Amino acid sequence: MLNRLTKLFENNRENLLTVYFTAGYPKLDDTETIICSLAESGANIIEIGIPYSDPLADGPVIQESGMAAIDNGMTLQVLFNQLTDIRTKTQVPLILMGYFNQLLQYGVDKFLDECVKTGIDGLIIPDLPLMEYEQFYKDKLTQRNISISFLITPQTEESRIHKVDALSTGFIYVVSDSSITGMKTGISNQQISYFERIKSLQLRTPQLIGFGISDRESYLTASKYANGAIIGSAFIKHLKDKNEVDNATADFINLILKP
Amino acid sequence: MIQLSENGYYGSFGGAYIPEMLYPNVKELQENYLSMIYADDFQREFYYLLKDYVGRPTPLYLAENLSAKHNVTIYLKREDLCHTGAHKINNTIGQILLAKKLNKKRIIAETGAGQHGVATATVCARMGLECIIYMGAVDIKRQAPNVARMKMLGATVISATSGSQTLKDATNEAIRDWINNPVDTHYIIGSVVGPHPYPDLVARFQSVISEEMKNQLLEATGRENPDLIIACVGGGSNAAGAYYHYLNDLDVRLIAVEAAGEGVYSGKSAATSILGTEGIIHGSRTLLMQTTDGQIVEPHSISAGLDYPGIGPLHAHLITTGRAEAVSVTDENALKAAFELSRIEGIIPALETAHAIHALEDISFKSSDVIVINLSGRGDKDLNTYMEYLDKY
Repeated sequence: MLNRLTKLFENNRENLLTVYFTAGYPKLDDTETIICSLAESGANIIEIGIPYSDPLADGPVIQESGMAAIDNGMTLQVLFNQLTDIRTKTQVPLILMGYFNQLLQYGVDKFLDECVKTGIDGLIIPDLPLMEYEQFYKDKLTQRNISISFLITPQTEESRIHKVDALSTGFIYVVSDSSITGMKTGISNQQISYFERIKSLQLRTPQLIGFGISDRESYLTASKYANGAIIGSAFIKHLKDKNEVDNATADFINLILKP
Repeated sequence: MIQLSENGYYGSFGGAYIPEMLYPNVKELQENYLSMIYADDFQREFYYLLKDYVGRPTPLYLAENLSAKHNVTIYLKREDLCHTGAHKINNTIGQILLAKKLNKKRIIAETGAGQHGVATATVCARMGLECIIYMGAVDIKRQAPNVARMKMLGATVISATSGSQTLKDATNEAIRDWINNPVDTHYIIGSVVGPHPYPDLVARFQSVISEEMKNQLLEATGRENPDLIIACVGGGSNAAGAYYHYLNDLDVRLIAVEAAGEGVYSGKSAATSILGTEGIIHGSRTLLMQTTDGQIVEPHSISAGLDYPGIGPLHAHLITTGRAEAVSVTDENALKAAFELSRIEGIIPALETAHAIHALEDISFKSSDVIVINLSGRGDKDLNTYMEYLDKY
């Protein structure tokens, strides 16, 4: 059975633009505005970050936006409440990104049920071990038709890449470099050869490249070697101190998509 | 039997909940640590350095005045007499040798009170490896002497300015450094926390404490086992070392002393075993202080070394199964105990250790009991804090 995310990959496998934003940032109630504005401006997939106090895989930009969002009052329940009617507004694929502790405290089953209710298509949980997923959660996600994306990095061994390919049901998140989010910009030759290596493996699951994708140039370069790219920190930075988030969001996407 | 499972769990606590970026490094450690650290040449060098460089074995000292005051027999395991002034160096010696075996060129570490930072900077100087220490901005201020020591030893001290700017955030920053430098860097975690195999690795290096205690007690009292072992617990490395060879000796009571801060329910506390719930912190499933939404809560303790919102998975297991008894001691009582030990035994303990001393007032025992308190560190680093209370105690 397809969900909005897997359906997208059925029909379109090129230059897919995924944009990450932190729920509750810059203001608590910006969630729906940002989602709709991103979708209308041409983002293909939207990754909603659940703000966390200790986001180990993220850099300072995303951590600070998360702290601000928590201070604004964002919680997982508030987020699900905000998303109650989102499917009457847009059919863009939505994925949630959060750390495993947040799901554990909310209750994994309850979390997954809320995802179904609100129309979430996929998940990224960077610190959920593959083995634990396979053993305890794979069936739960499959039953609910929720996709999951695991990460690979330049250091991931080939045997493990195939394991990630076998278990990922949305896309594979190709981490572009050895880094946390938002640290580097631009793409080096070394990274290109890593992208080529991954591409040559002809994996079953579509791939999106993220980390260090900050502008039109890096988005287009990354898209040559995968099905598209993910932008996070650069968008969060752009939103900082903006009052009209809908216009700010549209401006940002235009800079990426329009030559 | 208290035993680590193949996947790194003590009962339901432990594991390795890490982002993929850390996976190759952690897996390399998981697959190699036991064979590497128990190789003959490794063991020879480890024990040689512990003896001639650290000054081990540390004495097991019969504290007669403290014993008389509490009408019981009290021995102090003098880890404060280790080179650099605390037990932390037992682990850093082991881990620097491991880093060498793994061909790592660069060492990173987190530190709270600065003791682990100093112990890491020390072994890096000795082995000629680059050393970067992450320390919370708040802790840099309250532990200035240790910051100076790390710098003199040639380490770079980086101020962790994210979040609450204490040990938790220094640990986050160190983990991020490791993500950014996955090939040439080894992360020397200072406590029995973090993803598997760190809790077990650090506990094994610290287990020299209880290994020596067994021999020393046998000589002093005619039996290897005391009736009680008391140790303070932040992450829990000195306690893990003091308990290690007694974990399955059920006649030995294990007392874990946490920091109550300004009172367990004051909102300013670090009593994780009481205030914590099961969750994940720094890659390990354990007890931690968190909101119902899973956000990690800022702890408080007057002692930077106990100011940590989690607890090592071994201790979570020992406490929840009843093998260890948790006690919590307030800032004020720790200060009182620090002054008392200084005045009656001539030993100025670290603020962390002072919590363990005060636990004598909070637990019951028989006058015929033999108690060992792990005197984990000396108090020089805390003199600024102590001087503020000089008139009061």
